[in-house]
Amino acid sequence: MSLAPAPERAAPAVDPDAVIQTTGLTKVYPGDVLAVDGLDLTVRRGEIFGLLGPNGAGKTTTAGMLTPRVIPTSGSAHVGGLDVVARPAATKRLIGVVPQSNTLDRALTVWENLYFHGRFFGMGAKAARAESDRLLERFRLTERSQAPVMALSGGMAQRLMVARAVMHRPSILFLDEPTAGLDPQSRIALWEILGELHQDGQTILLTTHYMEEADQLCDRVAIIDQGRIVALDTPPGLKASLGADTTVTITAEGDLKRLAEVVRDEIDGSQGATVLDGKVLLTVSGTTGLLPAVVHVAEQHGFPVTDLSVHETTLETVFISLTGKDLRE
Amino acid sequence: MTATSATSASPTPLGSTPAVELRTSTRSAFGALLLRDLTVLRKNLKEFIPRTVLQPLLLVFVFTYVFPKIGQGVGGSSSSSAVFTTLLVAGVVATSVLFQGIQAVSLPLVQEFGYTREIEDRVLAPLPVSLVAIEKIVAGAVQCLIAGLIVFPIALVVPATPVHLSIQWPVLLTIVPLACLMSGALGLMFGTMFEPRNVPMLFGVVLIPITFLGCTYYTWDALEPIRWLQVAVLANPLVYMAEGLRAALTDVPHMSLWAIYPVMLVATAAFTWKGIHGFTKRVID
Repeated sequence: MSLAPAPERAAPAVDPDAVIQTTGLTKVYPGDVLAVDGLDLTVRRGEIFGLLGPNGAGKTTTAGMLTPRVIPTSGSAHVGGLDVVARPAATKRLIGVVPQSNTLDRALTVWENLYFHGRFFGMGAKAARAESDRLLERFRLTERSQAPVMALSGGMAQRLMVARAVMHRPSILFLDEPTAGLDPQSRIALWEILGELHQDGQTILLTTHYMEEADQLCDRVAIIDQGRIVALDTPPGLKASLGADTTVTITAEGDLKRLAEVVRDEIDGSQGATVLDGKVLLTVSGTTGLLPAVVHVAEQHGFPVTDLSVHETTLETVFISLTGKDLRE
Repeated sequence: MTATSATSASPTPLGSTPAVELRTSTRSAFGALLLRDLTVLRKNLKEFIPRTVLQPLLLVFVFTYVFPKIGQGVGGSSSSSAVFTTLLVAGVVATSVLFQGIQAVSLPLVQEFGYTREIEDRVLAPLPVSLVAIEKIVAGAVQCLIAGLIVFPIALVVPATPVHLSIQWPVLLTIVPLACLMSGALGLMFGTMFEPRNVPMLFGVVLIPITFLGCTYYTWDALEPIRWLQVAVLANPLVYMAEGLRAALTDVPHMSLWAIYPVMLVATAAFTWKGIHGFTKRVID
């Protein structure tokens, strides 16, 4: 039995350096739920590319369409030059996937999870044995080699899933929310692993709703909201696009929308202000005399300030200024 | 993390995959999936054997050893008791094979679809999703065969009265694989239809009637006096397995092989189709 036939598509302009290329990629779920809306995306060889957005933005659906588990409603997707919809089985040879949930084989040991993965991908018994040993060593899991996978901690299980995903040397490694639910130490350990894989030349696409993760790891980030890309650049490029280097969070009493307008208009170097979660977020370039000025302007207009904090512009600020929403929403 | 000097990722060259290579990789992936399932079976033999043996052993023991010894129930006279013992052989083996299909395919699948989501990884193996589903049938069929081979001698040895075998090899060598594949396919179909919380329904509402009304303890011919039941049980796949094995193993009267083979072939194809369809629907959005 085969999957639904691929609709006719215009051939996309070929980027010789592209590992992933999508044109107008769209997914509508039953009930007219538009999960991904006309996504045009190019991921180049050797880069770590991040899809950053809140839960429900369409990140996992996008990853699903590229790792042929979700059939696009329209548009095209090519991975390693292969049409993902027309040739799903061939595509699967080129990709490594670390899904959001733990999909380790619970009937097998840690070592066997790697060994059989290698066998699925055509490795001989000897090669799969050697590679399993090597990867366990590299991912610091050798001591747990014969343990059942249920005995692993969250961080270890995640490392094993990454080891499994890279075992067959994929052209591209997909990670769906790789550090969701991990403790901070395990998260940093995983970031280090991904950094090393990147140095080895591994192309990586990851989805995340942690802006630090996108900021620290990714060469380029697409900010995605309601199934559409709202911005795409390097993390410094995205932050620079705001024209502001500082964000001031103002907690005050009164009509906060009015307060946002006031500070936006009257503070020197102001780039914009928005109300979020009962606070006013003001983006500014330059910090000299900033806090006294904010307090002064606010109180001059009858808004008693109860709290004030200043931090550098982050990708979260970029997201908020683009969508008016919080990443955690 | 301490990196070793070896690198793990020298990415596969891009470009399209030649068709021949793809066929080879599909075949080796299928073989590897099968190898994985049989490895798990080997590791779980300690659970596999008791779960396979116990029910048929007790059934044969009570019906064909205890009852004749205490002079109760089935048969009564020693001659009809011997007939019962003989007709029960096929029934017990068929039931064990069918149950194994459910236990080896449906129950793990229900779990993997339900909370473990392990199936998501199996679906990423480099072969078409339909073949991942078919592999489940084949692995299930192998376990059904093993179950049949274990239970058959029990049905021969345990009874107090002798069993009269008359083996038709051509029938045996075709019916047994067909029965195993049919059970595996049925297991796949049920595995894609039931949610974890509905598994008790699968046993209580589906399998129990299949077993009791599957011509296990009586032949299909013998239902003649209850015509409506004789017609109704034709919808039960176990009837054809039990009657087919009766034809293969004994001289007991059985349904015509001209009915048994076509129905089993069509049922196997239908269960396989429905199973693959359900499987694909569960793993591909």
